[in-house]
Amino acid sequence: MTTTADTPSKPQKAAPPQGKRGGGLRGRLDNLPTPARWALIVLVLAVAYLLPYAGDVPIIGPQVVTQGIDWPTALFNISYYVLLALGLNVVVGFAGLLDLGYVGFYAVGAYTVALLASGDSSFGTKWVWLATIPVAIAIAMLSGLILGWPTLRLRGDYLAIVTLGFAEIIRITADNTPHFLRGDQGFAGIPHPPGKHADGTPIFGVRDATPYFWLGVTVIIIVVLALRNLERSRVGRSWLAIREDEEAAEVMGVRTIKYKLWAFAIGACVGGLGGVLFAGENGFVNSAMFQLQLSILVLAAVVMGGSGNMAGAILGGALISYIPDRLRGTKILGTDAYEYRYLIFGVIIILIMIFRPQGLIPSRRRALELKDRAKEVAPQ
Amino acid sequence: MRQGLTRALGGVAIVALAAGLAACNKSSSGGSGNAAEGKNCGYEIAYLGALTGPSANLGVNIEQGAELAVEQYNKKNGANCIVIKKFDSQGSADVAPGLARQLVADKKILGVVGLPFSGESQAANPILNDAQIPNITPSATNPVLSTKGWKYFHRAVANDSAQGPAAGAYIKNVLKAEKAFVVDDQSAYGAGLADQVKATLGSAVVDSDKVGGEGKQTDFSATVTKVVASGATALFYGGYYQNAGVFRKQLTAAGWKGVLVAGDGVNDKGYIEAAGKDAAEGTILTCPCAPASKAKGSFVTDYKTRWKVDAGTYSDVAYDAANIFLEGISKGNTTPEKLNDYLKSVNYTGVANTYKFTDTGELDPTQIVVWAFKVNNGEVVPDQAAPKA
Amino acid sequence: MHFSNLFHQFGELTVTGLAQGAIIALFALGYTLVYGVLRLINFAHSEVFTVGAFTAVIVWGGFGLNQDSPTPGLGGFVGYLLIGLVAAMAASAVTALVIELVAYRPLRRRNAPPLAFLITAIGASIAISEFVGVLTHRNNKGVPRLIKQEEVFPFLDGKVTDLQIFIVVVALVMMVGLDLFINRTRLGRGIRAVSQNPDSAALMGVNKNRVISLVFLLGGLMAGVAAIMYLLKIGNVRYDNGLYLGVEAFAAAVLGGIGNLRGALLGGIVLGLFENYVAGLFATNWHSVGAFVLLVALLMFRPTGLLGESLGRARA
Repeated sequence: MTTTADTPSKPQKAAPPQGKRGGGLRGRLDNLPTPARWALIVLVLAVAYLLPYAGDVPIIGPQVVTQGIDWPTALFNISYYVLLALGLNVVVGFAGLLDLGYVGFYAVGAYTVALLASGDSSFGTKWVWLATIPVAIAIAMLSGLILGWPTLRLRGDYLAIVTLGFAEIIRITADNTPHFLRGDQGFAGIPHPPGKHADGTPIFGVRDATPYFWLGVTVIIIVVLALRNLERSRVGRSWLAIREDEEAAEVMGVRTIKYKLWAFAIGACVGGLGGVLFAGENGFVNSAMFQLQLSILVLAAVVMGGSGNMAGAILGGALISYIPDRLRGTKILGTDAYEYRYLIFGVIIILIMIFRPQGLIPSRRRALELKDRAKEVAPQ
Repeated sequence: MRQGLTRALGGVAIVALAAGLAACNKSSSGGSGNAAEGKNCGYEIAYLGALTGPSANLGVNIEQGAELAVEQYNKKNGANCIVIKKFDSQGSADVAPGLARQLVADKKILGVVGLPFSGESQAANPILNDAQIPNITPSATNPVLSTKGWKYFHRAVANDSAQGPAAGAYIKNVLKAEKAFVVDDQSAYGAGLADQVKATLGSAVVDSDKVGGEGKQTDFSATVTKVVASGATALFYGGYYQNAGVFRKQLTAAGWKGVLVAGDGVNDKGYIEAAGKDAAEGTILTCPCAPASKAKGSFVTDYKTRWKVDAGTYSDVAYDAANIFLEGISKGNTTPEKLNDYLKSVNYTGVANTYKFTDTGELDPTQIVVWAFKVNNGEVVPDQAAPKA
Repeated sequence: MHFSNLFHQFGELTVTGLAQGAIIALFALGYTLVYGVLRLINFAHSEVFTVGAFTAVIVWGGFGLNQDSPTPGLGGFVGYLLIGLVAAMAASAVTALVIELVAYRPLRRRNAPPLAFLITAIGASIAISEFVGVLTHRNNKGVPRLIKQEEVFPFLDGKVTDLQIFIVVVALVMMVGLDLFINRTRLGRGIRAVSQNPDSAALMGVNKNRVISLVFLLGGLMAGVAAIMYLLKIGNVRYDNGLYLGVEAFAAAVLGGIGNLRGALLGGIVLGLFENYVAGLFATNWHSVGAFVLLVALLMFRPTGLLGESLGRARA
């Protein structure tokens, strides 16, 4: 790490020209005129909103939709995984802080909703779902700061185990407090989002998950817009500086502590939002839902998609939820794949990472950094 | 260049894999609706619950019991007369709702055996109820479930408020333990049962402890230390059989000679396998079910022949639950609504019990029997009807 | 809070905590060795342990031993133990090497970013543990009782058993052996060289890939020994045991100073003891909360663990 950049650099093997615009699908996308790009964005969004009806598309549709699990629910699951991946991408991708306990914030969001809105809660407040959102987000951000503060001095893998511990502390505390967080018993009867159809039936019912998915997509769009602005602001540039070289950033006057805390808080806020959404759809929350494995999966989503790139995070989050769901009810060589779906899933993760070590949609900026670093630490 | 090539190859490989998967699943939908010509055929019943995941075994026991019932029914009524559909919830309350929605979209499904656990029931039962599909749970024993106003919910076993006091009374009156220790695994089931036992035993409880759930904790040395130090002669464990076996083995290894008493969640061959015959010897297992008798017929051997393993906890109840549905269907109740009405008045004698349901879907209190079983030479044998508290 | 519990059972909690800590320490070595050389968390190390444990149980089964077999005499114990050790160590070592070859080496060749390694390791971990889970029907597998666990001498309020002494002694022997290997042998010097400065080591003619394989091999061997000790102590094994024990072992490695062999031992023991005291003071279910709180508190004051990180000892 301490070697300076002017170490005589070996000639690099031809790396694909990722840094520049041009070449490949992405280059072509970038070179599109602005109206065409807008049209493309609108088209993508329209397709996203129409996904619940994918099964009706001839030929391709039946291949895409899940067989063993309700398709709109699978889509909704994708939507909150995507939210989690977007949030974790802020911490891991933007600011370069390794967080293995992201599920903790998701739990905080879901539990705040449960505590304020469920009839099982000892608070007895029974708020409506909508009213709990600001509180849940605020508490999630607060918990992000609480986690961030003592871990400011830690780097890399030390941070990983501490964040992992943080999530485990939340889960075990929920497990161990039968009256406050109700453990495995859980909170039932969490209210759904508001709204009624013309005939008086609720829009957000229990049987059809499609409205929840639309809600999820809408929230994702808002979050993406907000994060995109943030990424391009002073905050985002500070994150980038911290990620590339913390000491150098500090020397150049970036207040690293402040912006690291920002990263944790923003990440936590998005994660909490995921929890809020999930609680509103599922109607039931218990401690068994916030296992360590979920944090690991979301991290895998971010890195697989392309750390530091929001499109990558969205793709990664979607895949991490979609692949196991898709493997349900699928027959491979005559036997049902459900039993083997995580086995297959593990293998797919390895394959993707081996063939796309930078992620499926690599971040260009990050690719440059890595190229830079590869020069510093010569391979072999 | 080489890198570009491998990358392209990798991309192709991934796409090919995905396409292969996609191509493979064509057979799964569609179905064979009009298979058998016998009357009231072409319907489905579903199993919804864990088949993988940390507590898969309990779910597998139940699924296999139900599947056996369906297969036997089909032997009499023609192949594929009734099809059993399996939905693997992994025992998880965040997975179950999606499966329940998938389940209710299948209009051929008339009834559901499941869900095995109380947590997932809380999440998925509202959907079944909304879709008006009756379910019979063979093992979710949290008393709360019948208080939610679900008209389509039925429970084929006594809830925890019947079993806990009986287990407590057994410790007090039969074992005559003056010092008892209570441990639970913090599951809704285990903790609920342990609380009931504590309430029944009162001051005889010298101490209690809480341990991690299935698979999450394997080293019980701290708890073992406490149990040995407390001088308790009886220990109640609220939880499931896998950890109970691991725990019992460590208790015996540490020289504790008292009696372990546990609920139906431990009543499984797997308990004896994990603990080893010697350590398991003398364990008392309560169960809200009657002991094996003539009524059980050939279920135990049939199950073993079909699945190459012994019937586990609730396999028999699940078998009965499926048979209740099947009998209802054969009597012409071929819509979920009719089948649900049928369940209201059912009086069915199966291999594990006689089933009648109250208005809230609970097993009729007069049908509730709690028996104590004892592990004797590696087999679970009936001991005595548990005394009323 | 049960101060009286903690007070009256202090000796017993200490002894059992030491034994548990010794197993964790052996397991933690794998994390620390790999981290020392490659600077990455070998997340799949938990499965190295699982495969070793199951292999030993299966091999014992081949000799007609199951959970109900009578406890053999001293000769039988030594014989079966050696068989189990060889089987577990071989299986664990092979698993570790396979993971290195399949999940890490291709990434190294492509100069992948550090996080990519973590994710392939996660993929490997999921795949292997699910594979074992499918094979074993996700059931506990009972382990033959090779040793009776009899009291050797009393200690405060508790007693020390032969098994506990055995576990701690084996752990110490393995640690000392490993320490000597790293510090005194040619191969060990290679490891230290690569861990201090991979580039200079490569320039000096150290075969980096071979060193890395060696490190995985050593970690696998230690995990195999840990697996046998675990089987003797716990008496059962299940497909997901490795994951939870792995988290503790990783925490222990970090607590002691990751990349530092002696740190792994110290971290394991401290963690084992502390968890047991917390379990005695509150309830057993709080024990890992205690461990993590300890970890956070310690890292706040010593950000690189108790002994600091250094496999080659000369790192600034």
